[in-house]
Amino acid sequence: MSELTLTLLRLGLLALLWIFIFSVVGVLRTDIYGTAVSRRGQRKALKQAAKQDRKAAPRRTPSPAAVGAGAAGAAAVTPEAPARKGRRGKGNPTTLVVTEGPLTGTSLPLRSGGILIGRNPECALVLDDDYASGRHCRIHPDPSGRDGWVVEDLGSTNGTFIGRDRLTGARPVEIGTTLRIGKTVLELRG
Amino acid sequence: MTTTVEPLTPRTRRGAELMLLILAIGIVLLAWVTTDLNRNGTVPANIIPIAGGFTALVLAVHLVLRWKAAYADPVLLPITTVLNGLGLVMIHRLDLARGKLGTDGDAYRQIIWTTLAVALAVAVLFVLRDHRLLRRYTYVTMAVGFVLLLLPLVPGIGRTINGSQIWISIGPLNFQPGEFAKIALAIFFAGYLVQTRDVLSLAGKKVLGFTFPRGRDLGPILVAWVLALLVLVFQKDLGSALLFFGLFVAMLYVATERVSWIAIGLLLFAAAVAFALSAFTHFQKRVDLWLDPFSPDNLERSNQLANGLWGMASGGLTGTGLGAGRPYLTSFAESDFIFPSLGEELGLFGSVAIIVLYLIFCERGIRTALGVRDGFGKLLAIGLSFSVAFQLFIVIGGVTRVIPLTGLTTPFMSLGGSSLLANWVIMALLLRISDQARRPMPEIPVGVAADEPAPAEVTQVVRLT
Repeated sequence: MSELTLTLLRLGLLALLWIFIFSVVGVLRTDIYGTAVSRRGQRKALKQAAKQDRKAAPRRTPSPAAVGAGAAGAAAVTPEAPARKGRRGKGNPTTLVVTEGPLTGTSLPLRSGGILIGRNPECALVLDDDYASGRHCRIHPDPSGRDGWVVEDLGSTNGTFIGRDRLTGARPVEIGTTLRIGKTVLELRG
Repeated sequence: MTTTVEPLTPRTRRGAELMLLILAIGIVLLAWVTTDLNRNGTVPANIIPIAGGFTALVLAVHLVLRWKAAYADPVLLPITTVLNGLGLVMIHRLDLARGKLGTDGDAYRQIIWTTLAVALAVAVLFVLRDHRLLRRYTYVTMAVGFVLLLLPLVPGIGRTINGSQIWISIGPLNFQPGEFAKIALAIFFAGYLVQTRDVLSLAGKKVLGFTFPRGRDLGPILVAWVLALLVLVFQKDLGSALLFFGLFVAMLYVATERVSWIAIGLLLFAAAVAFALSAFTHFQKRVDLWLDPFSPDNLERSNQLANGLWGMASGGLTGTGLGAGRPYLTSFAESDFIFPSLGEELGLFGSVAIIVLYLIFCERGIRTALGVRDGFGKLLAIGLSFSVAFQLFIVIGGVTRVIPLTGLTTPFMSLGGSSLLANWVIMALLLRISDQARRPMPEIPVGVAADEPAPAEVTQVVRLT
């Protein structure tokens, strides 16, 4: 074997090792998982960019923002999506927003599978609130088949309140309904 | 701050894993061929069966993952493949230098152990469908761990090899039970701490900005300390003692978020080391060798550390090339000193690459701990990845003269069956936990929870399939 071949093999092996490391890091970079948290400001900027783009090229669909969302693998339909609004009645909420408490400002879309709220880490909205139970309450589509959403208390210790009434069974909710769990106040929005 | 939370549906990423695996196998084969070209000038004759066998083994694990743990972390298996493969190549290379060929060679034994280890990892993935089942055996694993740890002290089966009594031999097999004790104790610590962490983290009074625990809560850490001390005194193995005690303190810290546990742990360990230093000449020698490996006296006593350092120095930036250096001059070049051996032949670039691979391995373990939803899984993943990381620190720190050298195996690389088996089991457990962590949450069927009261326990076994 010539010296040159051996040197090339030696350096090639090192290069391959580092290529391997960079591809591992590349996989990790595109493999960020868990709940995605985005600042509203960023989303506004993104939407504006999308709008400008649409103005500039009216026939080009889908917009880059939508492509980005698709690539990120977001299964949940974002509240802005017009399809969801068209399908459901006008008074039906699409988002749950925390208006008071430690998580103020957090919002999350309502999912057809129902969302669980409580202190338990498995919940969709994990409350950091001493007065909340592990699995406190759940918001899900009306089981009787009507259009709309209901909120249901899951036997919590300190109760879920709509206004001043403590929730006993499942109760339908609409846009503007506020729920209180311990120190946290949640509002349903369209 | 206004934020939105949107759950993502993670992809399984098994395709990416397959691509990385192909690259990993390519690296190992290239390393193997380079070694033989450098030593003998020919491509090894048995390249086809060995390459085929290695590929088949790794692909078998990949297929089992697709089938049994589709959402498991995609990079753990490729990284393990590269590390195990490079270890094999280095052992084969040392065999060539010593003229041990074919079935006499260490590489032959190591290949058999690798096959067994892969089989064991696959068995773990099959049998253990949910890591939370392990929590049921908290106290059983405690007993198993302690027995394994103290087994080398039993007269008759315990063996003293190279000054440390950490081996047992049953028939022709030599075994290092401490490697498995590590896993058992990680499971026990996780199960125990997830139960008691509230007591350990809430009670106590504040001194100098640290919240110190109450006297009676010091019990567990003292038990762990006494156990580590027993290992230290009777087995004369500072490495294992440091590993077990460090594992316990780290998990205690993670479980309670209290820095004071680390302070207490360090103090206790310092006391133990001071005691060992004054009581045993064995440790004094080691510290002396560490401080001054190049003095004539020390070179006469043991030139192992110095040889390792010279080896790495002669490797330079890009190394001498696999098969072209002289790592066989160092004693234990294939076990404790496999890192300097690889450092010599792959150079600084290669050895940093190896450390980065280990780093990513441990990072994935810790990421898994962050992602998984139950406390037991979090602690177990942290414990397992910390044990790998800490063991690496002890052994690589030892051979590079950061800390005194104490014999421990380099995970996945060193010659030795027990270490390989144990580390592949650790990887299988991490894969299982990461599968749980990344799997999308099961959709709760509408209207089910209305009739039955929801259990309030933090951990409940949810059937996912």
